[in-house]
Amino acid sequence: MKQKETIAAIATAMGTAGISIIRISGKDAISITDRIFKAKNQKCLAFSKSHTIHYGYIMEEGYKIDEVLVLIMKAPNTYTKENIVEIDCHGGAMVTNRILQVVIRNGARLAEPGEFTKRAFLNGRLDLSQAEAVIDIIHAENEYALQSSMQQLSGNLRRKIEELRKQILLELSFLEAALDDPEHICLDGFSEKLSENIEKWSIELKKLLSTADTGRILREGVKTAIIGKPNAGKSSLLNLLAGQERAIVTEIAGTTRDVLEEQILLQGGLSLILMDTAGIHNSSDQVEKIGIEKAKASLYQADLILFVFDVSKGFSEEDKQIAELIEQKPVIILLNKIDLKEEWNLEDFEIKFPNLKDAVKIPFSAKKGIGLEQLQQRILSMFYQGAVSYNNEIFLTRARHKESIENAINSLFAVKESIACHMPEDFFSIDLMDAYEALGKIIGEAVEDDLVNTIFKEFCMGK
Amino acid sequence: MSYEYKANTCDIVVIGAGHAGCEAALAAARLGMKTIIFTVSVDSIALMPCNPNIGGSSKGHLVREIDALGGEMGKNIDKTFLQSKMLNCSKGPAVHSLRAQADKREYSQAMRQVLENTENLLIKQAEVVELLVQDNMITGVKTFSGAIYSCHAVILCTGTYLRARCIYGDVSTYTGPNGLMAANYLSESLKNLGIEMYRFKTGTPARVDKRSIDFSKMEEQKGDEVIVPFSFTNYTEDMEKEQCSCWLTYTNEKTHEIIRNNLDRSPLYSGNIKGTGPRYCPSIEDKVVRFADHNRHQVFIEPEGNGTNEMYLGGMSSSLPEDVQIAMYRSVPGLEQVELVRPAYAIEYDCINPNQLLPSLEFKAISGLFSGGQFNGSSGYEEAAAQGLIAGINAVRKLQGKEAIIIGRSQGYIGVLIDDLVTKKTTEPYRMMTSRAEYRLLLRQDNADLRLTELGYEIGLISKERYQSFLKKKECIEKETERVRHVMVNTGENVQSVLKEIGSTPLNSGASLAELIRRPECNYENLARLDEMRQDLPKDVREQVNINIKYEGYIEKQMRQVTQHKKMEKKLLPKDLDYKKIPSLRTEARQKLEQIRPISIGQASRISGVSPADISMLLVYLEQKYRDKK
Repeated sequence: MKQKETIAAIATAMGTAGISIIRISGKDAISITDRIFKAKNQKCLAFSKSHTIHYGYIMEEGYKIDEVLVLIMKAPNTYTKENIVEIDCHGGAMVTNRILQVVIRNGARLAEPGEFTKRAFLNGRLDLSQAEAVIDIIHAENEYALQSSMQQLSGNLRRKIEELRKQILLELSFLEAALDDPEHICLDGFSEKLSENIEKWSIELKKLLSTADTGRILREGVKTAIIGKPNAGKSSLLNLLAGQERAIVTEIAGTTRDVLEEQILLQGGLSLILMDTAGIHNSSDQVEKIGIEKAKASLYQADLILFVFDVSKGFSEEDKQIAELIEQKPVIILLNKIDLKEEWNLEDFEIKFPNLKDAVKIPFSAKKGIGLEQLQQRILSMFYQGAVSYNNEIFLTRARHKESIENAINSLFAVKESIACHMPEDFFSIDLMDAYEALGKIIGEAVEDDLVNTIFKEFCMGK
Repeated sequence: MSYEYKANTCDIVVIGAGHAGCEAALAAARLGMKTIIFTVSVDSIALMPCNPNIGGSSKGHLVREIDALGGEMGKNIDKTFLQSKMLNCSKGPAVHSLRAQADKREYSQAMRQVLENTENLLIKQAEVVELLVQDNMITGVKTFSGAIYSCHAVILCTGTYLRARCIYGDVSTYTGPNGLMAANYLSESLKNLGIEMYRFKTGTPARVDKRSIDFSKMEEQKGDEVIVPFSFTNYTEDMEKEQCSCWLTYTNEKTHEIIRNNLDRSPLYSGNIKGTGPRYCPSIEDKVVRFADHNRHQVFIEPEGNGTNEMYLGGMSSSLPEDVQIAMYRSVPGLEQVELVRPAYAIEYDCINPNQLLPSLEFKAISGLFSGGQFNGSSGYEEAAAQGLIAGINAVRKLQGKEAIIIGRSQGYIGVLIDDLVTKKTTEPYRMMTSRAEYRLLLRQDNADLRLTELGYEIGLISKERYQSFLKKKECIEKETERVRHVMVNTGENVQSVLKEIGSTPLNSGASLAELIRRPECNYENLARLDEMRQDLPKDVREQVNINIKYEGYIEKQMRQVTQHKKMEKKLLPKDLDYKKIPSLRTEARQKLEQIRPISIGQASRISGVSPADISMLLVYLEQKYRDKK
């Protein structure tokens, strides 16, 4: 059973080691690497001997991504009995994932959990007693992949996907009921209604995609907006994180007039793009007004929001406005200037801002650096849930989610095209079903007899 | 022990002469097997005890597939129809469905004549009460009168007759449909053989006297002017006849109120009926309860035949007491004075859990025992006939030592029907629906012959002449499709004016004719003037060329899906596979796999309760075993 596709994955635990290894296995492992690797000695890997190490750079669109060592092992004397390439690169999650993405873009497929071991077995590398163990591994990893992807799906995301699926299924079953029972159920006006729904679903999916966009986060970093009322300590926080005086910090409220961006690297390889915003308050100053509009826009783009709340000043109308602006986003609330106020009651905050009840809250002092460690850990755990202790699974499953959502969007687009081309209604169901199935993969649900059951439940059929 | 005598010996016994039994027996006899068909009443061969029509959405597809394989149903309805209609014409070709109103009596009579005139086939009126089995192999059957018929295979097509019970209101009779004799003993014999039985329920509306209906209050529903025959051996030109009309009226709030007020007298709600009924064919009381927000439901008044005044009230099946039925029917516009000829009733009957069958429709546990039709938990004449045909064919092949015929899900609705029945959980009578077919665009009613004639010829039910003329048609379609792909159209004045005439936009630059055909308002026919080299071709050929080109992108997409699917269907699971030995299967999956014993990984993946992880485990295990053998 020779596998055709070439697979790739990060082989080392993420975030801890100084060096990470990307392993590629399959017929095209070497030719894929040749496409992205520039050896210092200009030699082509395909003509190199098996079991040799090469020094050079991984290139992307003419730029060096990283300095690496490449180990090539030619079939059949390898673990999987296929061609194997291992790329040793410099540790960090960002770089390692970026290289993995480049490998995938050049023709490899992301490996399934346990797939290298499975191939080793299927290609006769392991004996029968080992094979039993392999079955257990595949089983365990399947379970784990499912479980971890379930865990990753925050309640909101899961509910959203379920809701979208429900809506798609309902339209689909109406369509199918009408096709099966044309004398009882009429499709007049269906296309128009479906078009509207598709527009709506696509927007929602694209929104999801932007929050679940691991690829971009890994490549570019977590877009982090710092928000708070004037003089709450936003710029001090930025400076603290960035380690240098960057924004203008004064004692006068409203000093920051523009959105400042700063890229910083957290331990564990995650990078943050910090966006300091002008304080949100009702201002008559024209320059400030523009700054505030920009701040609102940057909130919309942000993957993460750090809400700096000045505990020394107490609650204000402006804090309330902010709380309303950010309730839909992943938020960490920094209870800043805790050093100025000895008695501080968290419950007060929760009573005042019930919509931020579930957000993470960290007592903080930007001035004294209190809470900084905790903040960094929280950010890491929000974006790399369990990644530090559990190799690279999180990236894999997330990448699958992204792929599924993209597939669903593409399928919906195909339906839209069919509608635009005035195709008969039954053609819509092909791609609608695909979209439904793609979303089902995210929450681990197969289609089974959903459609037929919904048809009967919702529509009055027949004789 | 009761009296027994040795009556006869044959190859194949078919029990039941409904739509499944007739196809099974005809296939067996035509393939050269000495066949005996048993029925409780020779006068009710191919009886249509419920709706007076053949075909309809997805069922029409089944009939055309039966015809392409050499079955009889399509030919028989072509002989005896009263009205013919292509449904869903405004939609895509995949869901166009042919439906014909039948003259029930003539349908039954014509089929009986075919059976009577088929060589190798004997008809017997007798109730089979016992299957004779030795070492898990069929050896014969015994009738009520003690006659023993030895045989090598039995095909069970008992329909709704096993321990049948008809119910309306408080009235219940232990009879089959239309007051015919039920078969009360065979169930016991089947249970003794270890066969798992279900009890299902279905129902039928009242039949009423045509003279008591006021048609002026109803909408007339006429047949199509151009009739498409069901059988590929018939031609549109030969189908012309004066067609009967059907009539449409509606229930109203008053009807619903009568029903609601009498629900306590309905055996469905009082618990007097225990069988599981179909959701797709609800009784009118079911509709009123479940869809309380609908203020009316359609009622189709359909003729039962030319030689009778009886009319069928489609949409109003019921098991309410007779007096309530009369009140309820009379509340419907046009039926104010209606006189019932036969009341509506529900019927309960024994059938099997079809998961006990192989995809060949042979019982896994008893060699030589096959079954088809409503006995397998399906519903509908067409579903029954399709299974009967396949069971008949496979019984013959078993005796001839040939491999069973299994139609794939990508080959035909028949394949979807049988695969669903033997693989999925059945909790109600199974009806074919187009939504059950994942490759609908490939499985059209118009190309059933292209999909299955070859197979029918291989099996031996399609004559050489028919096969040859089929090959000619196929070649003609391929050639013309290819030719049209290469016809180029310029931007000349003539072209633009033709396009304008059919409401299409003008061409900016030259294009292929195929591209133009793909425009929504264009087709192969209305672009004829842009295609000077075109020859005069038969209508069915032109239709195929148009579909091939117009929907090419979608068809290719489905073909790709089929290729994926076939890979899994080709990975066969050994018959003796011990699922207990596969360590990491989840318990639920193991139980399901042991029970259903799928023949391929593909079938295994469709069993509910078997997850992708379980499938991957099976694949690894198989590979390991394979290596072990080497």
